[in-house]
Amino acid sequence: MQISAEQLANLHRLAPEIILCAAGILVMVLDPFVGPARQRALGYLSLAGALGALCAVRLVAIDQGLAYSGLIRADEFSIFIHVVVIGAAAIAILGSFSYLDQEGLQRGEYYALILFATAGMGILAGANELVTAFIGLEMSSISTYILAGFRRRALASNEASLKYFLLGSFATAFFLYGIAMAYGTTGTTRIDSIQAAFQITPPGGLAILGLGMMFVGLGFKVVVAPFQIYAPDVYQGSPTPVTALLASAPKVATFVVMIRIFYVAFGTSSDLWFWAVWVSAVLTMCIGNFAALVQTNVKRMLAYSSIAHAGYILVAFAAATDLGVAAILFYLAAYALMKIGAFLVLAHLGQQGEKRLEIQDYAGLGSKQPVLAVCFSLFLLSLLGLPATGGFLGKFFAFQAALDSRIVWLVVIAAINSVIGAYYYLRVIVAMYFWEPSKDYVPTRVAPSLATALAVCAIGTLYLGILPGRVLSFARAAADSLVVH
Amino acid sequence: MQPHLLTVITFLPMLGVPALLLLRSEDHTWIRRIALAVSLAEFVISLFLIRGFVTANPGYQFEEIHDWIGSAIRYHMGVDGISLFLVILTTFLVPVSILASWQGIHEKVKGFFIALLVIETAMIGVFVSLDLFLFFVFWELTLIPMYFLIGIWGHDRRIYAAVKFILYTMFGSILMLVAILWLYNVTGSFDFVEIQAKLHAGLVSLAPNTELLLFCAFFLAFAIKVPLFPLHTWLPDAHTEAPTAGSVILAGVMLKLGTYGILRFCLPLFPDAAHRAAPVIAVLAIIGIVYGALVATVQTDLKRLVAYTSVSHLGFVVLGIFAFSTISIQGAIYQMLNHGVSTGALFLGVGMLYDRRHTFEIRQFGGLATPMPVLMAFFLFMCLSSLALPLLNGFVGEFLILIGVFERHHVWASWAASGAVLSAIYLLWAYQRVALGEVTVEKNRTLPDASTRERVILVTMALVILFMGIASPLFTRRMEPATNVLLQQMSGRAQSATQPAAPATGTERAAVPAGAVMFKTAGPRVRP
Repeated sequence: MQISAEQLANLHRLAPEIILCAAGILVMVLDPFVGPARQRALGYLSLAGALGALCAVRLVAIDQGLAYSGLIRADEFSIFIHVVVIGAAAIAILGSFSYLDQEGLQRGEYYALILFATAGMGILAGANELVTAFIGLEMSSISTYILAGFRRRALASNEASLKYFLLGSFATAFFLYGIAMAYGTTGTTRIDSIQAAFQITPPGGLAILGLGMMFVGLGFKVVVAPFQIYAPDVYQGSPTPVTALLASAPKVATFVVMIRIFYVAFGTSSDLWFWAVWVSAVLTMCIGNFAALVQTNVKRMLAYSSIAHAGYILVAFAAATDLGVAAILFYLAAYALMKIGAFLVLAHLGQQGEKRLEIQDYAGLGSKQPVLAVCFSLFLLSLLGLPATGGFLGKFFAFQAALDSRIVWLVVIAAINSVIGAYYYLRVIVAMYFWEPSKDYVPTRVAPSLATALAVCAIGTLYLGILPGRVLSFARAAADSLVVH
Repeated sequence: MQPHLLTVITFLPMLGVPALLLLRSEDHTWIRRIALAVSLAEFVISLFLIRGFVTANPGYQFEEIHDWIGSAIRYHMGVDGISLFLVILTTFLVPVSILASWQGIHEKVKGFFIALLVIETAMIGVFVSLDLFLFFVFWELTLIPMYFLIGIWGHDRRIYAAVKFILYTMFGSILMLVAILWLYNVTGSFDFVEIQAKLHAGLVSLAPNTELLLFCAFFLAFAIKVPLFPLHTWLPDAHTEAPTAGSVILAGVMLKLGTYGILRFCLPLFPDAAHRAAPVIAVLAIIGIVYGALVATVQTDLKRLVAYTSVSHLGFVVLGIFAFSTISIQGAIYQMLNHGVSTGALFLGVGMLYDRRHTFEIRQFGGLATPMPVLMAFFLFMCLSSLALPLLNGFVGEFLILIGVFERHHVWASWAASGAVLSAIYLLWAYQRVALGEVTVEKNRTLPDASTRERVILVTMALVILFMGIASPLFTRRMEPATNVLLQQMSGRAQSATQPAAPATGTERAAVPAGAVMFKTAGPRVRP
């Protein structure tokens, strides 16, 4: 059989997804043959698959361009997101081993689902065509619906899964309607062709309605107000490592599609959506932060905090410039690391059955498990935006991009919001270090796999905070590769 | 000359951190010894700054410039006559605080000394940074160790005080961050020296209202830190609840971060706005002087009393700065050093009383000079230094400030002078209630006098106070060139502002009329 150069290039440009899917299928096939006691081996296999896919991104990097008749676009932008998303999945897999053992949920399908979800997000990252994006979105969504309910005997987990599924399908339907309307106006679903069409005739009523619907669908997935209602329940109910994944990777991938649609397809008319994004950003930040203020459950608080963070990203989004895109990418990378890190710490601290998630459960943790407490503090301080952490530079670049586009008041609101946020992040640190240790708490040892995952997150957070140069120039190159006119 | 002296001085304390981490947590003796050794070494090395400092040179010395993030954000450090002695003050007060915490801290000893060393690095970083980004990083990093110092090793209401302290400060600094970004968008640089030069030369011009807003954003951050009335409410809590070393660092150095920031950034970057705002700020400063003094007078808690003196004394510093004369600004810088030493010493004395009696209530003391003559004699000396007795350090600073302010505004000076009188009242009255008369509480009869360690601390502080009172020209001589440059920068711009605005040719960013947009709502940029 002869493989033409074009077919080979297609394979190269989709290599990470192919590897992820192959690994996922392999895990599913092996699952029945591996005894219940050795399911963890499947986890290692999945980890190897994810790392292999990460290496395969290199293949994409050396052979960039359009693939499969322009459905997929392998550019710097897509590569950046691939690294973040697959990296996040690998860390989540690594962090799941000990959690699943502790909950008695060690199953191969868990890992396979993560791999399929990741493949879907990879497709989202590279989608140059709206229906392809929709397929990617569905692939990642359906896998995560199941993952959210993976603690089958826990009521909260079932609720999370059902809620996520019902509302999620509703949202994707909106997205699909939006695609149909864009197609109705322009006669194409390819993002670059839509852009070309709008350059000739500016978008009319139908296209704007389509854009609005896509904003609803995607806004649901990245959890921005007013589509955020479901998120705290889902994040709280899902198994914690799944929450870590949910709060990071799908957000990253969906923001990317938003950028491609809003910046590229509708890029010629950014004033159309500017105010929608502006209002949504303010609502998202304020709702996220104010609701987080009153939470006593740390997992739920972090869920609200991730809503607030989506708001900060929207601030950069409103900039509508290359600088804004670079800021969003940097923010997403930093955000993924610190958020996964924070949730994985919770996965450990929650102990069996996720019983210990209230803030008073962490009283005196600083003296009982100093290393873990320092790690957790680092992630919280990064979420808060303290200098020398990735979270600070993420906010810094986001604000800078927005100010560069003369969006002053939004930045001021965001800045004030980040101080409000400081209160609830610091409260956890207060509990860990300033309160008397709780008597009934018996610390459990951190498994080596989880420790590795946390170390990667912690080092990454510090690296992005102190030496962001390389990642930043990568993000800038990625933003340049996205054709913004 | 040593090319990396500032980097070494800034990060040397951090080297002590891994060393401390390697020690066992129970090994208190060695933890203390190593922390002290590191901080003493740091002090000695920082003295090389004075040795290498060229007095006549008004610019930045020991400069270091490296690219850091891209080419816009640079690792740019340097000292001039304004920051030189503040660095020395920091390196001096940290070993003193370590020595003062030798026995008072029993729990989590390792963490305590690590926090002290980290905060030293952060504070020095603030004083030597010449890049706004770098400055902001260090500025925020000072908060976290202090937050832990208050929250873990503080007194009864420590958590409340720690949270109040950090939220207050963060609120101020986040708006400063927005202003820094705004400046970057206008000038294309984070480098303070470059921005200042561009603004001064008129390559980039800020609309008057924009300048005022940016000034306010910077000033708010600094005024909270100083703290200027009415933003001072975090201070009594934080100072009172912090452990002794924390109070010394807080009063001695961290308040100066605010006044230093005003001198270094607010005035040269936004001279016209500073001139416009000066009357308001001066009035607030005077209110702070009088109010702080009056409130201090009626305190029943000795530590809270000392804390309120800071509000009053720092009011003097701010007033001196905003009188805009060489002599008053020199006085202000000098008073910053004095306040660091004198109030630091007062807090040390109060801390020694607390170590013995575990209370700050003035009623619990009385007649302490009988059981503890040495300690109380030194305490009196510190009080006299703080109330500006001639021949001691405080006098020089206050006197210079009052002369400078008087030249500019008689009424301001007379009000401020009343603060000097009031300080004599509250300090001497407090001393009288604590030390003189009969011993009123029976327990106090058997209190031990100052130990050898405490004598070392007290004698050191007293010598420094005396030295600064007598040998002030050694300090002011080095401050003068930098102060003159600062005033030139301020007056030069004030004149050029009356001329028609120079065409903005420096960068293409400068062509955007910044101020016009600031007041409109945020609108999307119209893309070409």
